[in-house]
Amino acid sequence: MNKRKNSLVIALWVGIFVFLSAALTFSYAKKAEAKEPYKVGAIFSVTGRASFLGEPEKKTAEMIAERINAAGGINDHPLELIVYDDEGDATKCNVAMKKLINQDKVAVVIGPSTSGTSLAIVSVAERAKIPMISCAASKNIVMPVEKRHWVFKVAGSDIHVSQRIFAHMKSKGITKVAIMTGTTGFGASGREELLAFASQFGISIVADERYGPKDSDLTAQLTKIRGTGAQAIVNWSIGPTQVLAVKNWRALGMNNLPLYQSHGFGSHKNIELCGKDAEGVLCPLARVNIGRLLPDSHVQKEVVMKYTDAYEKKYKEPISSFGGHAWDSINVAVKALETVGPDRAKIRDFIEQLTGFVGQHGVFNFSATDHNGLSKDDLEMVVVKNGDWALAD
Amino acid sequence: MTTTAGKKDIRVLIWLVAGIAIFPALVLNVPSFRHYVDIMVFVGIFSLVNIGLSLVMGYTGQVSLGQAAFFGLGAYVSGILTAKFGWSPWAAIPVGVVLTGMVAFVVGVPSLKLKGHYLAMATLGFGVILYVVFNEEVALTGGPSGLADIPGIAIGPWEIDTSLKYYYLVWAFVFAVLLFSINVIHSRVGRALRSIHGSEIAANAMGVPTSSYKTRIFVISAVYASLAGALYTHYMTFLSPSSFDLFWSIKFLMMVVVGGMSSIWGALLGTCLLTYLSNEWLHMFHDFDVLIYGLVLLLIIMFLPKGLVSLARKG
Amino acid sequence: MEGISFSSQLIQYAITGVTVGSIYALVAIGFNIIYNVTEIINFAQGEFVMLGGLFMVFFATVMQIPLLLAFFLTLTVVIAIGVMMERFAIFPAKNASVLTMIIITIACSILLKGAAMYGWGKDPFMLAPFSDRKAFVFVGAAVFPQSLWILGTTLIVVFLLTFFYKRTRFGRAMIASSDNPDAAQLMGIDVKTMVMVSFGLSAAVGAVAGIVITPISLMEYDRGALLGLKGFGAAVLGGLGHFYGAVLAGFMVGLMESFCAGLISSGYKDAAALVVLLLVLFLRPSGLFGSKEVMKMKEF
Repeated sequence: MNKRKNSLVIALWVGIFVFLSAALTFSYAKKAEAKEPYKVGAIFSVTGRASFLGEPEKKTAEMIAERINAAGGINDHPLELIVYDDEGDATKCNVAMKKLINQDKVAVVIGPSTSGTSLAIVSVAERAKIPMISCAASKNIVMPVEKRHWVFKVAGSDIHVSQRIFAHMKSKGITKVAIMTGTTGFGASGREELLAFASQFGISIVADERYGPKDSDLTAQLTKIRGTGAQAIVNWSIGPTQVLAVKNWRALGMNNLPLYQSHGFGSHKNIELCGKDAEGVLCPLARVNIGRLLPDSHVQKEVVMKYTDAYEKKYKEPISSFGGHAWDSINVAVKALETVGPDRAKIRDFIEQLTGFVGQHGVFNFSATDHNGLSKDDLEMVVVKNGDWALAD
Repeated sequence: MTTTAGKKDIRVLIWLVAGIAIFPALVLNVPSFRHYVDIMVFVGIFSLVNIGLSLVMGYTGQVSLGQAAFFGLGAYVSGILTAKFGWSPWAAIPVGVVLTGMVAFVVGVPSLKLKGHYLAMATLGFGVILYVVFNEEVALTGGPSGLADIPGIAIGPWEIDTSLKYYYLVWAFVFAVLLFSINVIHSRVGRALRSIHGSEIAANAMGVPTSSYKTRIFVISAVYASLAGALYTHYMTFLSPSSFDLFWSIKFLMMVVVGGMSSIWGALLGTCLLTYLSNEWLHMFHDFDVLIYGLVLLLIIMFLPKGLVSLARKG
Repeated sequence: MEGISFSSQLIQYAITGVTVGSIYALVAIGFNIIYNVTEIINFAQGEFVMLGGLFMVFFATVMQIPLLLAFFLTLTVVIAIGVMMERFAIFPAKNASVLTMIIITIACSILLKGAAMYGWGKDPFMLAPFSDRKAFVFVGAAVFPQSLWILGTTLIVVFLLTFFYKRTRFGRAMIASSDNPDAAQLMGIDVKTMVMVSFGLSAAVGAVAGIVITPISLMEYDRGALLGLKGFGAAVLGGLGHFYGAVLAGFMVGLMESFCAGLISSGYKDAAALVVLLLVLFLRPSGLFGSKEVMKMKEF
């Protein structure tokens, strides 16, 4: 007796499906291809657990590609940017990388977004002999450099960040520190460096707490820290938990223990989410986040402000560190294509010798022993003041 | 193997071997399909997991939401032994397989006494616990940062260094496992298993030692998953815990159900469809691929509740 | 630097555990409401929580609707989503096996999560606490006023549901249709309606959980899965279908996590509750409170 009803439901579903497919296919129909485009592949975690990285990265890369093509391309060759979404998943990242290499035949790959996915395809890049410019932080992506002939990265290393934080603590006379890290690749890598470098700055780690990336509450960890006599806290995570850390820290009345966040906090949205609670939170940031605070004489001022204005105008949202990584990686790639053309080996050699490249995250000086090209001086210690970043003293 | 059903399965297997053998020759000559071989490597690896899961679910009617943990155990044992202790993969893989089998036995004996959703929760819980261990034992597993620079596989002097070579290696394992599974299904044990699926009480009354058979199949499925994990390790040469979390257990489950859990061929079909959907066919929808994936899944299950394999049965 | 005494620490862990545990309890109740009528485990339960939080943000923060009105608007919308899910996905597949039903609910959860991603984007959202945002000190431990809201809401939900099932005709009819659908049908109870109502009710409870937790923990489109998992654990620990069992088990899971994070290892916190859960299941295969008879009777 339900036959009619059932077929109605079927029809409805099929209808929805056909409509969606049609609408999407049309809206994404490929534009007619121009002659001899230079192909750049990109793998970002646009959706999934690391989407807050991949989303601004994709937007930034697309914005730059658009602008380059509007200005006539690279030496009159249009730039074809092929973006795949790996959803933060190592397997998907592997498949996407192989597709970029074997089928799309791109000259250079930018991304992936996370340390995990980057490490997952380092060996693929090496084997296929294709230059890859990762947007993730872990130092293992470009080290040991003998095994990372073809791999570069434009995100500052966690070594620099932890050194910057400890140096600041040392200047404030802090010696006992509690650390809290998320159980993600980002947090784990930060934890490793914090534990490794503390003693060099005369600092002892009195608490080492961890939490999951989707935890709803961090008061247990913070309470434990309160009991240890720590003089300051470092929180190292990405996503909503770093906002939770601020809120719980404030709610527990731990104001007299300065809270340092990692560079993962470098998005204005985090300040907005924390509201008043964020006042006084410290974090080491690349200059891309604080373009407006830079003196006009600063070498990065113009580059950063141009990007900041263009991005915020186009997407109506504040920039983040992560979009800056995409800016750096695609511009390094474009610069290489401009100079040596779409030859994978020549591009690699070009990047390795690239020095004095003014980017969003610093002035890059690549070399045969350093495929990252940044240093801890490319970071500024900033503090949240009146709902915005300010340079910390 | 004397039953007609068994002969039919062997016939299907022979066709499949032929198809897999010539598949690369077909796609490698078409520029826009060239990377299909890359994806097929993963289809093979996941198929190994899902053939085992299909035995557990389809043939004994038990649920496992922890299959990714066995997959991960095989992967990590082989990855750690080769990357950190310099073992040959051919020595490491058997160790991983045996160890996983033992773990599956220890977990399986008390778990399989549970029924329905309780069993689902127990296997799920086991999977999450193992995932936390992968994350936390940084000294061994590298923790969330992952375990990098794992060596590839070589057969004698012959390095398996391209996707195509790996494709043949993986599928050779798949066929071996399929052949073994077909034998299990059509043996005395297989018939006993189906009786469990029908009614465990009745089977017990008939003198079938149900709990021992159930455990045996559970261990076999874990061994398959572990083997798949080892092959995954040496193909990716990198491991991170997120490849073995609960969502992967659920993905494996979905592959089996979409394909049709009443037959191991269903497991292969489902694996193939869902792997291609999420890695290739939905790319054209860009950000909307998640939504389309959910829709496709829902529609298949709603209108083909016995899975894709039921289409072939009718025809 | 000011420290904190050990006993105050313990109290702090307990407060945290009860707060988070309340949410697990609410999610577990949601599982039970549907399970009792249909024997389906609804893996999209966590998505109701997520939707509750995000719709509340939309109504209260974006539209600036007063809290109470926004609360009821959110409930209405999420209930509608729950009912639609039942109508479009569960009902048409009514003869499918339990496992197939599980996969259907997983597919629904993928869809709901995907839709939320397009609707709200990928960033987390904040909701102002219902009352004072400053924590007050209780025996040396800090308490968010929002924690009291969460605990209170959980108790009210438990009370209302008890009243609904015990004292109203409709509630009793729901119990009857879950005990014996055929007999209930003969008695003139419309079992199909009951299934639909169970999805609506369960969505409502999930949404309430989402609304009250968001001011503490923020909310984003992919939060649902983890909360769903913890809630499922609590529901099983308490004995599937057992109402008070779910509430108690929810608190237990929350407390175990909090104490493990504070006293043993924060990294192993998620494993701790599950190890206990497995041990309980191995000793008592139908959960803490779910005796065989209770399971059969599905008494509340």
